[in-house]
Amino acid sequence: MTSLASPASAARPIGRGLRFGGIAIGAIIGYTAVLWVFLQLWTGLPSGPALTVAIQQTVNALSIGSIYALIALGYTMVYGIIELINFAHGDIFMVGAFVSVIFIGGIMGQSGPVDNIPFLIILIVGALLFTMPIIGILNVSIERLVYRPLRNAPRLAPLITAIGVSYILQNVALVVAGSGDRSAPQVFPLSWQLRIGDASISVLSIFIFVLALTLMIGLQLFISRSRLGRAMRATAQDREAAALMGVDQNQTIALTFLLGGMLAAAAGVVWGLRFGFVRQDLGFNAGLKAFTSAVLGGIGNITGAAIGGFVIGFIENFASALGFSRWSEFLVFMVLTFVLIFKPSGLFGFQTGDRA
Amino acid sequence: MTAQPARNAPAPPPSGLRAGLNRLRDVSDKHRSSTIVVAMAITTVLMYFLPIIPPLSVIQGRGIWYDAFANAGVFVLLAMGLNVVIGMAGLLDLGYAAFFAIGAYTYAYSNSPFSHTDLPFFPMLFVGAAVAGIFGILLGAPTLRLRGDYLAIMTLGFGEIVPIVFLNLDRFTQGTNGISGIYRPEALPLFGPFSAISPFNYFIVMVVIVTITMILLYRLQDSRIGRAWNAIREDELAAAANGINTVTTKLLAFSLGATTSGLAGVFNASKLTIVSPDQFLFTVSFTVLAMVILGGMGNIWGVAVGAFIVYNIQVVFLKSINGVIETLGIPAFNLPIVNLHIDLAKVPFVDYQFLLYGVAVVLMMLLRPEGLFPNQRRRQELHIAEEFDDGESGEIEGAMGATPGAAANGGGTP
Repeated sequence: MTSLASPASAARPIGRGLRFGGIAIGAIIGYTAVLWVFLQLWTGLPSGPALTVAIQQTVNALSIGSIYALIALGYTMVYGIIELINFAHGDIFMVGAFVSVIFIGGIMGQSGPVDNIPFLIILIVGALLFTMPIIGILNVSIERLVYRPLRNAPRLAPLITAIGVSYILQNVALVVAGSGDRSAPQVFPLSWQLRIGDASISVLSIFIFVLALTLMIGLQLFISRSRLGRAMRATAQDREAAALMGVDQNQTIALTFLLGGMLAAAAGVVWGLRFGFVRQDLGFNAGLKAFTSAVLGGIGNITGAAIGGFVIGFIENFASALGFSRWSEFLVFMVLTFVLIFKPSGLFGFQTGDRA
Repeated sequence: MTAQPARNAPAPPPSGLRAGLNRLRDVSDKHRSSTIVVAMAITTVLMYFLPIIPPLSVIQGRGIWYDAFANAGVFVLLAMGLNVVIGMAGLLDLGYAAFFAIGAYTYAYSNSPFSHTDLPFFPMLFVGAAVAGIFGILLGAPTLRLRGDYLAIMTLGFGEIVPIVFLNLDRFTQGTNGISGIYRPEALPLFGPFSAISPFNYFIVMVVIVTITMILLYRLQDSRIGRAWNAIREDELAAAANGINTVTTKLLAFSLGATTSGLAGVFNASKLTIVSPDQFLFTVSFTVLAMVILGGMGNIWGVAVGAFIVYNIQVVFLKSINGVIETLGIPAFNLPIVNLHIDLAKVPFVDYQFLLYGVAVVLMMLLRPEGLFPNQRRRQELHIAEEFDDGESGEIEGAMGATPGAAANGGGTP
């Protein structure tokens, strides 16, 4: 369990990874089974079709959970380092989705799905390589211009500023792109499906999951192994002590925003591929859910945020699979409320002092 | 009152206008409630006559002005209520519109063909306010035990959820359509019935509500509770150490803000005669937040003036700016370097209003966090960090108890 503010125990990482993977696979299969049972009880589907739906919904949950997890990482890292709820982070994700859609639309024009696998890979990797640095740098510039001058101000000041920045980003997107949905070109052929029994699983969902997992493992390795990652952990643990040991605070905080922005941008690219539309108020909802994920996993805790993202994805999916998609936001909010009331440190959190 | 105020002792004895102003301030400090009544009376007379005088009378008719003033009053109430939460107690409430919605729906249930009830308006003002206050307590009680920033995200979520609940429970709320045909208040003895055509009654009632609220808030601010809020805002730990029950005191501020919001909601519902979920989106919360920050957190009259000005800029100025530019005949021009064609008469300024709010909030927080009409104590507090050297954040933490890092140290060690 790597959290930003606790030293990572690097003992036998492969063994831990295997055990963790086992638990994860168990949880996924468990979710499918629970959903299967509930579908039969609630909607009265016979067991065969119910299993099909359950498998498909599980895959959906994994892909939407990947998006939340990627966004949640940015929240949790920034909170871990400077204890700021970066309200603008959801909107950073939204801008990322816009940039990637514009990039892909610029290359593809109005043409349909890409069947050519190498070109598809180049296109998606290109979109990632194009969007991630732009959004990362955008996030760093926001930190430099707006949050850094307020670093020693009373707590309320950066929070209010963050909500202001969120509002600015949303309205700039509104002015530039207009209101309403802006459709993204369908890049990934929807006909690509894997068949498990009667269930057909879109390759796109699996691709999204794998991509998210890769980025998360990369982040994990960066933070636990690299020198800069160690600086980040040190700063999260005690900013002054880290500064005394020669860690450049400004550089480390900027790095955190860069990484967070890049992950949010990746989530944006994925969103464009998966849902085929972008809208200026996308970031608000996604941000709220991702923040809930981060709290659920214990804010400041990186692995926790990733797991929290998937848990929120599963919860939301469970509601919509049983026909309550209108209430999914309500459900997520309830989760947030109960976690904050009963376990404010999150499922995997460590105790942060609750100081004034 | 011949004695010089103590604050003027070192300065040479002021004369003329200066002395008059000081004396005025002295009197107003002593008789605050009467001052508010007098000031509001003067303002009301001004607002009554201003729409008849040319610059304003050209823009729109008298009735529309009174209507705008009454609507502005709703936002003045909202801003004064949010000011209790943010300015006085230092808690960030981002779901303020939710309580506004709860107040409005309470009135809609008590006064509409939909619910087949027709209860009197003035008692319902208090009922709506109380219902909103109860919801404030329900939301605040669990969250106020936590750290301040969790409250921000909880209220943000709550503000997002309440319209969704009103939207989804369509059997009870008629979903998107909302509850329409809400009855207007009963006729006033001297002023006659309330109607959409002559909004003067709403204006007068609003003035009275704002005056009473303002008096109550000033009295609260100067009371033991008000000082407790200040203490909590400035240093919660020290406040707790001095025997203030921080949770109940914060809860009081939070629910008082909710109450004011509910009051405004009742008034607004009776005026619009329709409530629907899309009236209470996050935009409302953010607009009120922007008003509080522009007006000056913690300064009651500053916040009220700020809200009044911002509202009028929003609904009157931005709408008429294109017309004014056209009348002035400012020609379209090209920006040379970026080769941008700008025709000011066609720029949709109304669409940019929320962008402007966002920019205003961020700039204010960076450059003048105390607002346009600062509260003296709040100003010193917000600028305290500047008195220390940036590199030695340790001292600041000692003074503020509110910078990161202290958490890990102070809270973590057993």
